[in-house]
Amino acid sequence: MEYRVFDLGLVDYQESLEFQRLIFQEILDGKFNAGLILCRHYPVITLGRRAVRENILAPEEELRRQNIPLVKVERGGDVTYHGPGQLVAYPLVDLQFLKKDIHWFLRCLEGLIIDLLAGYGVSGQRKPGLTGVWVEEGKIASIGIAIRKWISFHGISLNLKSDDLAGFGLIRPCGMDIRMTCLEGLLGRLPQEQEIKKNLAEQFSKFLKKGE
Amino acid sequence: MTKVVTLPKLGEGIEKATVTFWYFQEGDSVKEKDDLVELATDKATFNMPSPCAGKLTQVFFHEGDAVKVGEVLAHIEEGA
Repeated sequence: MEYRVFDLGLVDYQESLEFQRLIFQEILDGKFNAGLILCRHYPVITLGRRAVRENILAPEEELRRQNIPLVKVERGGDVTYHGPGQLVAYPLVDLQFLKKDIHWFLRCLEGLIIDLLAGYGVSGQRKPGLTGVWVEEGKIASIGIAIRKWISFHGISLNLKSDDLAGFGLIRPCGMDIRMTCLEGLLGRLPQEQEIKKNLAEQFSKFLKKGE
Repeated sequence: MTKVVTLPKLGEGIEKATVTFWYFQEGDSVKEKDDLVELATDKATFNMPSPCAGKLTQVFFHEGDAVKVGEVLAHIEEGA
């Protein structure tokens, strides 16, 4: 499988969404079969297709004051928060070349994060019946995707920095009372962002090779 | 002839999905492979393409409804 990795740095959510659509089209046109977009977002709350308004706890004036936009998106799942302390990964994969099974793909994405965390001595786990990655202290990665013409988009957010976890207090993440944790909190230090990105890109490449 | 559009198998252990968006309404003309309807399972959304060209004559599930694998989503009058 031919794939590309893109690092957008710190970007506005809307901008990254447009970039995803661009890469989606290139995959659809057959220019390559998969892409991994890595980025961090300015604070934003996104609402998946299952989102209910009650899961946004902060009043609208408060969100306006903090300059946090609400964006409705076509991914699955409920409401989530993104901030600069998370690493966001959008794996765009033409599943026709791997396996046309949406939930198999969700489990693979969890596997990518579990393997990444293992590299830092952190034991990530799946929770039966739920999507995402947990450690003993709480949830560390959230996942919500969309599939169009068997190409995936949207994706994973991995909590890195402690000071950004407060953002989850604005919502009920995924409509559940979940305690969030982050890599910095678990390790007592934060590995270099570029190194984490490199490792995640490696896991992605391994996953594509395995699936072939 | 009427083409019966059913919810296909979605993968292991997935028995139902929720209709989240219809791209067409009853009476609309559709082309083969046009995105017909968006559905969602827990953490993923996906589209079902139209299996043929024709007229969408009947829709059996609306936005927010849960559909089981094998249930009829819509009727399309082929070539109409």
